[in-house]
Amino acid sequence: MRQFTYERASSPAEAAAAVAKAPGAKFIAGGTNLLDLMKLEIERPTHLVDVNRIGGIDAIEATADGGLRIGALVRNTALAADARVRKDYAVLSRALLAGASGQLRNKATTAGNLLQRTRCPYFYDPARPCNKRDPGTGCSAIEGFSRNLAVIGVSDACIATHPSDMAIAMRVLDATVETVSPGGQTRSIPIAEFHRLPGDTPQADTTLKGDELITSVTLPKPLGGRHVYRKVRDRASYAFATVSVAAVIAADGKARFAFGGLAHKPWRVEAAEAEFGRGTDAVAEAALAGAKPTKDNAFKLPLVRRTLAAAVA
Amino acid sequence: MPVSFTVNGQATSLTLDPRVTLLDALREHMALTGSKKGCDHGQCGACTVMVNGQRINSCLTLAVMHEGDEVTTIEGLGSPENLHPMQAAFVKHDGFQCGYCTPGQICSSVAVLKEIEAGIPSHVTADLDQVAFSDAEVRERMSGNICRCAAYPNIVAAIRDVHDHA
Amino acid sequence: MEFTQAAGPNPLDAGRVVTKPIDRIDGPLKVSGRAPYAYEYHQDFPNAAYGFVLGSSVPKGRIASLDTKAAEAMPGVLLVLTHANTPKMSDEGEHNAPQLQGAEIKQYEQAVAFVVAETFEQARAAARAVKVTYTEAKGAYDLAAVQDKGEPVKSAPDSTVGDFDKAFSAAPVTVDVTYTTPDQSHAMMEPHASVAKWDGDKLTVYTANQMIHWAHDGIAGTLGIPKTKVRVQSAYVGGGFGSKLFIYSDPILAAVAAQKLGRPVKVALTRPQIFNHTNHRPATIQRIRLGAGPDGRITAMGHDTVSGNQEGGEVENAADQTKLLYAGENRLIRTRLSELDLPKGGAMRAPGEAVGLLALECAMDELAEKTGVDPVELRIRNDIQYDPEKGPSRSFSSRHLVECLRTGAERFGWSKRAAKPGTVRDGQWLVGMGVASGFRGNLVMPSGARVKLDREGVVTVETQMTDIGTGSYTILGQVAAEMMGLPIEKVRVKLGDSDFPLSSGSGGSWGANSASAGVFAACEALRDAVAQKAGFNTKDVTFADGNVASGGRSRSLAEVAGPDGVTVEAKAEFGDLTKKFAQASFAGHFCEVGVDAHTGEIRVRRMLSVCSAGRIINPKTSRNQCLGGMTMGIGAALMEEQVVDERFGGFINHDLAEYVVPVHADIPDLDVVFLDETDDKSSWIKAKGVGELGICGVGAAVANAVYNATGIRIRDYPLTLDKLLPRLPTA
Repeated sequence: MRQFTYERASSPAEAAAAVAKAPGAKFIAGGTNLLDLMKLEIERPTHLVDVNRIGGIDAIEATADGGLRIGALVRNTALAADARVRKDYAVLSRALLAGASGQLRNKATTAGNLLQRTRCPYFYDPARPCNKRDPGTGCSAIEGFSRNLAVIGVSDACIATHPSDMAIAMRVLDATVETVSPGGQTRSIPIAEFHRLPGDTPQADTTLKGDELITSVTLPKPLGGRHVYRKVRDRASYAFATVSVAAVIAADGKARFAFGGLAHKPWRVEAAEAEFGRGTDAVAEAALAGAKPTKDNAFKLPLVRRTLAAAVA
Repeated sequence: MPVSFTVNGQATSLTLDPRVTLLDALREHMALTGSKKGCDHGQCGACTVMVNGQRINSCLTLAVMHEGDEVTTIEGLGSPENLHPMQAAFVKHDGFQCGYCTPGQICSSVAVLKEIEAGIPSHVTADLDQVAFSDAEVRERMSGNICRCAAYPNIVAAIRDVHDHA
Repeated sequence: MEFTQAAGPNPLDAGRVVTKPIDRIDGPLKVSGRAPYAYEYHQDFPNAAYGFVLGSSVPKGRIASLDTKAAEAMPGVLLVLTHANTPKMSDEGEHNAPQLQGAEIKQYEQAVAFVVAETFEQARAAARAVKVTYTEAKGAYDLAAVQDKGEPVKSAPDSTVGDFDKAFSAAPVTVDVTYTTPDQSHAMMEPHASVAKWDGDKLTVYTANQMIHWAHDGIAGTLGIPKTKVRVQSAYVGGGFGSKLFIYSDPILAAVAAQKLGRPVKVALTRPQIFNHTNHRPATIQRIRLGAGPDGRITAMGHDTVSGNQEGGEVENAADQTKLLYAGENRLIRTRLSELDLPKGGAMRAPGEAVGLLALECAMDELAEKTGVDPVELRIRNDIQYDPEKGPSRSFSSRHLVECLRTGAERFGWSKRAAKPGTVRDGQWLVGMGVASGFRGNLVMPSGARVKLDREGVVTVETQMTDIGTGSYTILGQVAAEMMGLPIEKVRVKLGDSDFPLSSGSGGSWGANSASAGVFAACEALRDAVAQKAGFNTKDVTFADGNVASGGRSRSLAEVAGPDGVTVEAKAEFGDLTKKFAQASFAGHFCEVGVDAHTGEIRVRRMLSVCSAGRIINPKTSRNQCLGGMTMGIGAALMEEQVVDERFGGFINHDLAEYVVPVHADIPDLDVVFLDETDDKSSWIKAKGVGELGICGVGAAVANAVYNATGIRIRDYPLTLDKLLPRLPTA
């Protein structure tokens, strides 16, 4: 871990300004992924701005249009256990509870969860080329061990997956990420545009600017319907998804699906959802059109089809 | 930089390199070596302590982030002469072998019973609004604490015993 | 004291303390966080500096350049050791582990520098500032590619009986299948760690190690100093499973740096380093050929296995159990070793059997299906009470495999198993049952102990033996308590110190029986000494309730001990009974799995192991050992694999997020039954090991259950869902 300086911020704009001022500065909240990566010098911030003490961004509150505003600092445990979330956004509770461990969920924040970096083993091994970690060095995964990596939306530069479970549920719920910039300007980023595909610049996981601080995530008014989060993994708990499906199935037969473990971002193809009347296989086929799996991870295509069937069963 | 927090009821002030994790502050700067370093990356749970009543991985948090916090470690739960009921239950049910993951398992166990009591659901809770103690709930909630010796069934028995006699 | 003939009656037979499920005597220290592990002796090592190992990023080749200037200039840095400034070390001893001896690289993550600083954070940061470039050499990393280059090894000679080829080709029913098992990691919870300090020319090392005398030999030998000048201590060890049989860079580099700096140095390997820097269980490719009659009786038993290792490394003896487990008059069993440049392979919990049975016991299941004989009955039909290679002259010391299988089948409800696979459904789950035999050769090792009786009537046992979670503290205390007629509370046990008498150490499941035999021998001597000091005829004394008695007279042990106490030392040695008799422990493992009909996820629903391992010294700690073995067996069957990246010559999944081992949620309430037996040819203790028996065969029982659930046979471990999916019917 490189040396860094540390300060505590007391307001969102102050935090953003502090990060803007110091080249190489980063925000730290839960720290569960950032410190993990700093120990390996995959992340090398020169200055940490601790946002944990900022007031006003740690609550869950109703919005004017019947939705929920989730403060950036709301911990994963608290979010999953919130009565309104359990009742109206059960897919979000389920996704959160399927992720990580009790200890990690107590520390990890809503904003930090969205910013988790990939679990690609080559990204995690500083001795290996990785375009996401060290741009321009090449991708070790494409020709390497790629069983857990992306099958769709991939590029020649990167086949990393986004590891969050929570974000998959946020995507199916059409959440919006609210941010503040150093000058105090705010921005609303639809979750669909928050995470990005790797393209030629896989070092960027999201469309967030480096000094832009997430203040909350808002959920639109409840969708109703049946909420399911089905996660498939190599052991029964405490493991990243091989694939996962977040589903909201309305009484009228309309459904929404987002997928985890498949891509560099939560994977959702709205057009594919229209196929639900023809069955889940049709949805899977449409959602996975253009998939480009490796030999190691081609099994994810039939697995998604099967998991989708299991999710609605 | 300076930081002050309370560990096992005792106010503590330290001057630390900001890189020092809470785990290393406890182990290397306060000689509280009961909290263990198994992986240092939040992948094993051996470092589990309670901060302000909640269990966390002390390896994935900086000590300087804990100004004013209340930390409880395995040493704060009980001593060999005066064991906490969960510690005693681990001995009775042989809920450990090598003992290295054990402090983390015990801190987690104590917190898990409180989480169930508080109605916090888990991945295996069938109805998110109906949270009740069961072996399956304990297994899911304890899954962030790896025991490679695999005293798992005995750990579940110890937790069940404490729950039943609480 | 040498064990040369079957044990007769002895004081342990009373079973007053021995055989009782006594709580671990080290329990209160461990559950309260007060038991100190190697890295944690702050008081004994004040002012210790922190070391950090930098490992090679290439598997084979040479260091081309090494620049330490930036690292040396970093805050707090005290020393950077490289091959340029590290003293010459010896590689001559079997347990030596020389470090930083030249530019040659033989292993990914081999130490290339050792940075010592005032703090851990400073050392870690500075280690990453050391700049190293390499000239890579071509290496071999793919076992399948070199399997035909396998050479025979002395440690596993071929077994050739009758005419295998003829019998196999003539057999009415044959199975000819190849199974593969991957490289696996011990993944014990405590990382390898050492602290070293010098007092003049005397070195003290606290290190996480299973075998004190090997570590003692290795550290002294590597550094070229007399063993009398080195003290090694390992009182509490956070798991080993074979990984800590050996020493790696940590004690050696800590010792060198401590000497150069004149202050103690401590170092722990990081979790990501462990997977490539230390050793692992090597992968195997195993071909099993079984020829049988229509009744399932085996006439031809063939097992060919190959594994890889670095030059001079050992073979994975995956075919050894096949030499003894089942009958069959024609046999061809061959073990081969190929050279690979992967990290060095070594022993991991039940080396040989743990992976050998993954293949053999699945092949037996395949034979059962082909012959239509029930899998339990098939194994019973092929039971044999003597070494099938040597003949009836070499019988088993005790063998209750049939009883294990029968008891298990009854208890598990085996009769409810559907013989036709893929026919039982419970909601989303396809349900199946599997069985496998368990077998682990019984090893014995010389082991000594010192016992002291003091004026308080307390007996203290001292031996180099370690407790790696196995229960050594408790069971050695039980043996001493039983021998001396004391309650367990009147016994103290001190372990893991090279100043104590040399012991068997913890490995190969030999520890409980061998080290207990050492304590037994010492207590026999103590009984004699006490009786003599009490003025009794040594032939007819009894020790009970804290007293020694003879001919109607009784004196308390405390009184006899007097102010000076009585101290004796003895050593158990073993004659040729392991040669005269085939010795092994046995088990019948039963497993029920559910396979998700949609996703192919496999979950163990129930498991039972019925074990036959001689006298069970402590049913509580022994059961726990079996739980651990069973769980590691489930891991081996379903998830554990170190993935080789041939381009980089190492294991790419090198942390506990990527190398997955079972967690709580994977493990149901496992059932363990011990048969009530003693083996009088194993030692005076009449016990055999259980630490490894639990894993031997378990994975095959899981795999056979998966087959029974789905009708899909996977011969490439682990059985992950991606291998099931292509053949899994639509749910």
